[in-house]
Amino acid sequence: MARYDRAITVFSPDGHLFQVEYALEAVRKGNAAVGVRGSDTVVLGVEKKSTPKLQDSRTVRKIVSLDTHIALACAGLKADARVLINRARIECQSHRLTVEDPVTVEYITRYIAGLQQKYTQSGGVRPFGLSTLIVGFDPYSEKPALYQTDPSGTFSAWKANATGRNSNSMREFLEKNYKETSGKETIKLAIRALLEVVESGGKNIEIAVMTHKDGLRQLEEAEIDEYVAEIEAEKAAAEAAKKGGFCFIILY
Amino acid sequence: MLLLVFGLSFLSFFPSLSLSQHFAPTRTKPHHRISVSLNLKQRKQREEKRRMMMKLDTSGLESFSAAVPSAMAAAEDQLFAPPSFDLPAGCADFDKFQMEAKQTLKHAKGTTTLAFIFNQGVIVAADSRASMGGYISSQSVKKIIEINPYMLGTMAGGAADCQFWHRNLGIKCRLHELANKRRISVTGASKLLANILYSYRGMGLSIGTMIAGWDEKGPGLYYVDSEGGRLKGNRFSVGSGSPYAYGVLDNGYRPDMTVEEAHELARRAIYHATFRDGASGGVVSVYHVGPNGWKKLSGDDVSELHYKYYPVQPTPVEHEMVDAPPA
Repeated sequence: MARYDRAITVFSPDGHLFQVEYALEAVRKGNAAVGVRGSDTVVLGVEKKSTPKLQDSRTVRKIVSLDTHIALACAGLKADARVLINRARIECQSHRLTVEDPVTVEYITRYIAGLQQKYTQSGGVRPFGLSTLIVGFDPYSEKPALYQTDPSGTFSAWKANATGRNSNSMREFLEKNYKETSGKETIKLAIRALLEVVESGGKNIEIAVMTHKDGLRQLEEAEIDEYVAEIEAEKAAAEAAKKGGFCFIILY
Repeated sequence: MLLLVFGLSFLSFFPSLSLSQHFAPTRTKPHHRISVSLNLKQRKQREEKRRMMMKLDTSGLESFSAAVPSAMAAAEDQLFAPPSFDLPAGCADFDKFQMEAKQTLKHAKGTTTLAFIFNQGVIVAADSRASMGGYISSQSVKKIIEINPYMLGTMAGGAADCQFWHRNLGIKCRLHELANKRRISVTGASKLLANILYSYRGMGLSIGTMIAGWDEKGPGLYYVDSEGGRLKGNRFSVGSGSPYAYGVLDNGYRPDMTVEEAHELARRAIYHATFRDGASGGVVSVYHVGPNGWKKLSGDDVSELHYKYYPVQPTPVEHEMVDAPPA
């Protein structure tokens, strides 16, 4: 069988793999995605582009489950994502069959990252153009986990991270405002981070929450609108307090 | 009978078929088979078929003549062709004949091993005799293999097969630990071994092993054999002496025994099996697997155990012979 033997991803004279860096550019153009880890909950959020009127929005799911206890969101080329997700799903089941145990979040992240790396070092293929945020709970453990992979094939664990469009501003926001949260507070933190870069409203945000007991749950538009309303109210109150205090000082 | 695998090159010099009935070698290296009267073409065809069926890469073992151009090879083969003998009457398929012969003799795995789970962990015990037919080849075989500090495997069947595949399993378990930063479960380890053995099914491996260990889910015990079967259970005994061991074990088993009681039960069960089964004997080894790993509890010679369980009764003499008093 004829096989390609010429690699497309080769080193530049100053040590860069340009194809991988171009893939990262593609990721930067993709939809914003954020992941936040709480003490008992882990939340994924993605920016939803406005759906054309004739499109069936149910078929466009941005946050997918890899197994009953693992979920994934990604930024970048969605077609590449489909391929990667299918392979990951097969690996989750294959692991269950050979070891009679569900995968740990780290194992499946390592597998996906390994797959992404393989495509930077094989003949005739280009790297996958997406970064993934993988969340879940390890079997026999109640602690949530959040991992990120990128087109180069590196992965690491995070308390909170963002990828895709304007990920830098989202990450800055998270760094400033991150604290150990649980339950609703974690959801609110994720939404607040997304709202930094996305127009507000349940129409433009997709949120999924994973808990150890209930697994993955996609929030309804109405629920998201509720949270957004809460957040805006809190923001307004904070502004008012600041302004009020300021006036107070001046008056005094 | 525990089969010790000789250097098989020894066997290839014996073209007589009767040898197979004495030793029934498990065919692990088909290149060194007993040569019989088949013409060159049939032999080459069989070699091809066997080569394609083999999973192991034996290209390094091929004879040099294979590399030589065919005309020369043909001439050489005729020159150096081994003496040919007539096949037995009615034997068109020699492979099947050999397999059937092995089946009729059915060398059940000559040993006694047992393992059971109780509240304090797992007890694993085995005898230490290796025999070939009526000949006892060794009384000191280690039949409990230490896969890693928290998992044990027992040996029944072919010694080389068991030893090699248990060591291989140990390697795989360690690699799993390194890659996943956590120990492999007994379930996972037994499944790895069972899948490997299944892929060699029909190729003559002879293994009846129990994998015992302690992992996150507590004590674990699985029976795995060379047919590819894998069973989870609380009590197993494997080998030709297993019926006798089961009798004692099933009778005395209680889940809430202390380690000492379980130790004694296992030792007694193996002793009774060695008493009645000729292919079991030697030394009874008993191991205990607890949350911190395995520990060898004892190794007692069965003949000494016999006198411990059934001490010699001083028989009363009816009339004592007294020396006649000196005149």
